[in-house]
Amino acid sequence: MASLTAEAAKIGDLTQTRWTEQAWRFVSLADPAVRYACLGTVLLGIVCGLLGSFLVVRRMALLGDALSHAVLPGVALGFLWNLEKDPVAIFIGALVAGLAGSATVSLLTRTTRLKEDTALGMVLASFFGVGLCLMSMFQRLPTGNKSGIETFLFGQAAALGPGDIRVMGSVALVVVLLLVAGYKEFLLVSFDPGFARVLALPTVWFERLLVMLLAFAVVSALQAVGVVLVSAMLIIPAATASLLTDRFHRVLVWSACLGMVSSLSGAFLSFLGTRLPTGPFMVLSASLLFAMALLFSPRQGMVPRWYRQRSQKIRIDHENTLKAIYQVLEAEEFTGETVTVAALAARRRVAPAAAAVEIRSLVSAHYATLSGDRVALTPSGWQRACAIVRNHRLWELYLTHTAQIAADHVHDDAEKIEHVLGEATVRELERRLPRIDTDPHGRPIPSLASAVAGQPASGGASDRPLGYGGRS
Amino acid sequence: MTLIPEFQAQRVFVEPWTTELGSHGLMALVTFLVGATCGLIGNFLILRRMALVGDAISHSVLPGIAVAFLITGSRGVGAMVLGAVVAAWVTHGLIEVISRHSRLKQDAAIGIAFSTLFALGVVLIAVFADKVDLDQDCVLNGELPMIPLEPAVRWGGWVLGPPPVLRLGVILMASIALVAAFYKELMLSSFDPGLARCLGVRVGMIHHGLMFWLSLTVVASFEAVGAILVIALLILPGATASLLTDRMWPRLVWSTVHAALSAVSGMHLAVALDCSPAGATVVAGAGWFVMAWLFSPTEGMIPRRWRRRSAAIDSRPRSSEFGQNA
Repeated sequence: MASLTAEAAKIGDLTQTRWTEQAWRFVSLADPAVRYACLGTVLLGIVCGLLGSFLVVRRMALLGDALSHAVLPGVALGFLWNLEKDPVAIFIGALVAGLAGSATVSLLTRTTRLKEDTALGMVLASFFGVGLCLMSMFQRLPTGNKSGIETFLFGQAAALGPGDIRVMGSVALVVVLLLVAGYKEFLLVSFDPGFARVLALPTVWFERLLVMLLAFAVVSALQAVGVVLVSAMLIIPAATASLLTDRFHRVLVWSACLGMVSSLSGAFLSFLGTRLPTGPFMVLSASLLFAMALLFSPRQGMVPRWYRQRSQKIRIDHENTLKAIYQVLEAEEFTGETVTVAALAARRRVAPAAAAVEIRSLVSAHYATLSGDRVALTPSGWQRACAIVRNHRLWELYLTHTAQIAADHVHDDAEKIEHVLGEATVRELERRLPRIDTDPHGRPIPSLASAVAGQPASGGASDRPLGYGGRS
Repeated sequence: MTLIPEFQAQRVFVEPWTTELGSHGLMALVTFLVGATCGLIGNFLILRRMALVGDAISHSVLPGIAVAFLITGSRGVGAMVLGAVVAAWVTHGLIEVISRHSRLKQDAAIGIAFSTLFALGVVLIAVFADKVDLDQDCVLNGELPMIPLEPAVRWGGWVLGPPPVLRLGVILMASIALVAAFYKELMLSSFDPGLARCLGVRVGMIHHGLMFWLSLTVVASFEAVGAILVIALLILPGATASLLTDRMWPRLVWSTVHAALSAVSGMHLAVALDCSPAGATVVAGAGWFVMAWLFSPTEGMIPRRWRRRSAAIDSRPRSSEFGQNA
């Protein structure tokens, strides 16, 4: 123990090192202090990630904050036990203080009209104040190894010893075993406490067990992350995981992995310099991962979501323009093959310039060709136009026929649903409707055959110039 | 030397007000100024269920202060305030972005935003330790014992006091003036934002103004007393006052009284135990809160229990009396 702390102190005290050498020392794992630091941070990441997931899904994120500040007086009293950095004494002291803090929060919210946020803030500040008082009193003491206590504020992974690792390892074991054994119950109590009570599960005891495990996690992580930032290691990996997946067991696994990655890289970064605290670097790595997930997560991320919305908007715009072209052609009883931009603009009720923009977008999607001011549909454009008009009119027919809605009330609804009707739904509509040749307004519904063959429903267009392969 | 110094009534109770007035008395004055200012805002924060936003902002101003230090290279008050206000706005923006664009709720968003910024601040201070005249300890504890050592500002023939005291005094006066001027709007937008909007109160403006003033107060107090005392004094006076009365006006007065009591008793505690004055003030403030929790006439646990018991006794059928009569 003594030699190890000397080693650790040396790592902290090195004044002239190149960061490449430090990086190599970390990666090669040659140093026992580095090995302990790595093992400790991995354990920390797993435990915090697992328990943090419960905090995030239950919207109790700030309880972790309050709990982590509330353990400080316990840490100080643990030091007082024999004026040594004894991991077990500190663990017990901090655990007692953390549980006292959470009990005070629930007592405050039960017996006064104070809201939970105020109660959490009260406990956080008051307990932390007591801890600071005690710590400043120790600093006057001439005896004892008091140099270690400052590391509890911002964390120093390099100061982890075998005793700390033993405590952290047993905490991780207990947490994992309890979560595996009681996974179903914990899940139920977290997501549907009412149902859990109906099933006669002792929900209150599960709550208490969870708070106790949380206190375990906070206390075992203290040495490496520090009191001030433990709560961040509880919340951030779990929040990141909840952006990546929906299933809770996957959230747990992701969160443990992310916690591990961010705490290891935090430890690595803080090794590069001299006298750098570990906790803030861990939190910054975790925040970086969170920012990536917030932006790029496949389903929840801001960028994919923005992209999906944008491509959907473009698709709907295309479909509306195609529909308008079809309607212009239909108004001319399919005598022509092309429509003018002006006619399209009039139909869409937009300015000619805006219609020209829409057409350029169609052309770039290979739905239409533009020669002079006349627009002609390509085969795929014609097919798409027929399909969308068919969707629209089938839906109108369905609403009047099956839902008994008046014919003059169905257009707006069909206008919205035409873009989202899938293949299967259209087939279902065709099966259910007795006849599918004309819509409620008396206009013909373009058939699939006509779309494929390039034959309008009225059969007016005879020779298409665009190589439809249609019958003449 | 033992952990708890020997108790000497002369040293603990008399000397701070006589020979040590210039140092201990001044410290009590500073903590009172911080407590009174934070208490005023804290009452409104508690009312709006934003108690932990104060916590978040007092953590997240740190990188702003550190960056201002790095850029200007001095402890200029203007740059620090600017940096801190910017940092507070960044926090606010991050919380909004996270809670609006993801499925995470506001509590998680607050936790993520402030701890990230706080970590950034600590890293900046640690990496540029030789350039920044701030250390990690002073972030938490403040430099309360240093304040009496700063040279006093003189104006004309008058000795006005050290600059932090003057700054905090000005901010307290301005806070009182602002609360008095916007009292109606603050009350209305806290209790019934819908009605306030109907009556033409700019609810958003009030909210942003409150946030701005909060970050200004946090910065001014932070430098003097450290993060932890700021958090405590934002919540403790208001929470104590809310146990003593239902009306807002008396609450503001009570929270000022609480600030004064905890400043004075905290100072005595710090002298008696020879410990961190900021920590001792928090402990004293928490002690006064516990007193209110136990003994408040309307909300206190003991009066309530006593009332319930006497009510139970009153409503019991007095069969024994009937028995005696018969």
